Amino acid sequence: MDIFTQQLINGLVLGSIYALVALGYTMVYGILELINFAHGEVTMIGAMVALSVIGVLLGASPDLPGLMVVIAGLLVAIPACMALAFGIEKIAYRPLRKAPRLAPLITAIGVSIILQNVAMLVWGRQYVSFPAILPRGQHEILGAHITDLQIAIVVLSLLSMAGLWLLVEKTRLGRAMRATAQSKEVAELMGVNVDRVISYTFIIGAAIAAIAGVMVSAYYGLAHYYMGFMLGLKAFSAAVLGGIGNIAGAMLGGLLLGVIEALGAGYIGDLTGGFLGSHYQDVFAFLVLILVLVFRPSGLLGERVASRA
Amino acid sequence: MQATRFSISALIVAMTLALSACGEKTAEGPEVIRIGSVAPLTGPQTHIGKDNENGARLAVDEINAQGLELGGKKVKLELLGEDDQAEPKTATIVAQKLVDAGAVAVIGHLNSGTTIPASKIYHDAGIPQISPSATAVAYTAQGYKTAYRVMANDAQQGKALGQYAVGKMGAKKIAIIDDRTAYGQGLADEFEKAAKAAGGEVVAREFTNDKATDFTAILTSIKGKNPDLVFFGGMDPQGGPMAQQLKRLGLSARLLGGDGLQNVNFLKLAGADAEGVVASSPGLPIDSMPGGPDFRKRFEAKYGVIQVYAPYAYDAVYALVDAMKRANSAEPAKVLAELPKVEIQGVTGPVKFDAKGDTVGGAVTVYEAKGGAWQVLETVK
Repeated sequence: MDIFTQQLINGLVLGSIYALVALGYTMVYGILELINFAHGEVTMIGAMVALSVIGVLLGASPDLPGLMVVIAGLLVAIPACMALAFGIEKIAYRPLRKAPRLAPLITAIGVSIILQNVAMLVWGRQYVSFPAILPRGQHEILGAHITDLQIAIVVLSLLSMAGLWLLVEKTRLGRAMRATAQSKEVAELMGVNVDRVISYTFIIGAAIAAIAGVMVSAYYGLAHYYMGFMLGLKAFSAAVLGGIGNIAGAMLGGLLLGVIEALGAGYIGDLTGGFLGSHYQDVFAFLVLILVLVFRPSGLLGERVASRA
Repeated sequence: MQATRFSISALIVAMTLALSACGEKTAEGPEVIRIGSVAPLTGPQTHIGKDNENGARLAVDEINAQGLELGGKKVKLELLGEDDQAEPKTATIVAQKLVDAGAVAVIGHLNSGTTIPASKIYHDAGIPQISPSATAVAYTAQGYKTAYRVMANDAQQGKALGQYAVGKMGAKKIAIIDDRTAYGQGLADEFEKAAKAAGGEVVAREFTNDKATDFTAILTSIKGKNPDLVFFGGMDPQGGPMAQQLKRLGLSARLLGGDGLQNVNFLKLAGADAEGVVASSPGLPIDSMPGGPDFRKRFEAKYGVIQVYAPYAYDAVYALVDAMKRANSAEPAKVLAELPKVEIQGVTGPVKFDAKGDTVGGAVTVYEAKGGAWQVLETVK
């Protein structure tokens, strides 16, 4: 039982990170029907910028409290990623707004490769390690171990998701986003500045991605110019699983994918008598994805028209 | 229109001139001999890959500076660095590219998983291949007369580790994880055999891949089986986070690994959780290598900290050049005939090949991470 609880906790922590990144994919898709493949790299840049700031601060005065240093890193990473996403949208996607849908998709892949290579030039090919400055408290719940960091990740994810939900559902900007998602032309006729709304969507997604990037690097203790690739792919799958274009769907999809992966890796070997080992964890996760899409092509919570974005 | 046509013909004339100028230059200057160097230069293992290339480049630069003469003519070595991304399919593509570019020999690849598929291409092209770091037994067991390596193979390393785990570390219940690469899987299999033979019990066999960073699921499942030792066949980008997650999940088992973990990057990535991790490396510790400290000085002056295999890539180049000197030619067929006779005093120790192309008498050293550095525990011959 304690093993099961532990796997569930593992999955929830992983899943809440997936969910945060998935939000960025789903918001952009909801409004532009564009799969922004560079989003994983924005997450990576967030982690890298935060680590640079942390490195500088620790170099200047090593006695600063760890938590403050990490928060400072995060506070620099968020605007950096926002500016980056604003620039990407303006340079790479806006000129292609009227182009066939394949063109911006390929541009997105191009941007992703460019960002990876720029990061490689700036931060090097090395793995950058996350200094062990965060409190390392541990708790036991039902025989399972959970650290302060894991609790912080889950809480911070839930807060970010709640914040985003409030923003989309309760503010003027949110209403404009929902209107743009339903129909750009009509929204424009109603006086919505569509270009600005699209910029905001990218910027908000990037801010959340920066938070996710810092969390991932703190959790695994490392960052690398390549880290955004797999994370982006998983988060994209999570968004599709939940129904791409749907914010609640991205959250559900992320959490679900994390839990499925953890349970899959933990039990697949025992369930199949060793025939399939734990290296099939990704196969297992994607199998669930395929099954869901077979029976619900628009994802778990996806609906064709209603409240995308 | 007239102007365009004129400028195009002018361009063609200019290009022809430039090309003919190139041709003359090579005819007059020393003959250029191309040697390939293949390692992952992008992706998670980039740092180790670049290290290999730098090791080979240092040797090439030194040999060029000293001046090399073959068949009475001055020759100049040129290193063609290629990136195989640690991917078997890319490995075969760049191998073919090197063959087509007229490389007379190849130093590489880094990973066993890439070295083995590429070895067929070099074999078919009849050019020698010396891998600095591929340790999978299968590489030299294919019967190719072109395949050589300068490092002890996994049978030697896995055996030493298995015996060490049970004999010296007193492990009774052992969990094994590997990254499903030819290297990780091969090493884990050899370790399993040796550990079982020494009386250890393998309670779990789990798998991951060489791009993963999350091992909590498999470690949790391992925790349920209460092992006192976890063996990981794989590289440092996975080993670092694995060491952290092991502690975070409250496992008391110690982590043991091969040469993929025994490097500075692992210590950085695992941080405080590296403490007590045991890992082996084929060969001697760099400072106990006959030419180790001196090599370190020369390497670090040019490229910075040594990751792990640079001295082996360096020795591989010198072994190749020794064969060229014996053949008094860079022609692959003649070099191949001389490779079995190679005998040099390398940085890593004496380099000499057996009939299969394996290195003779490779030692294996076991280290423990203590206070942020690797401390030698024992060297097994």
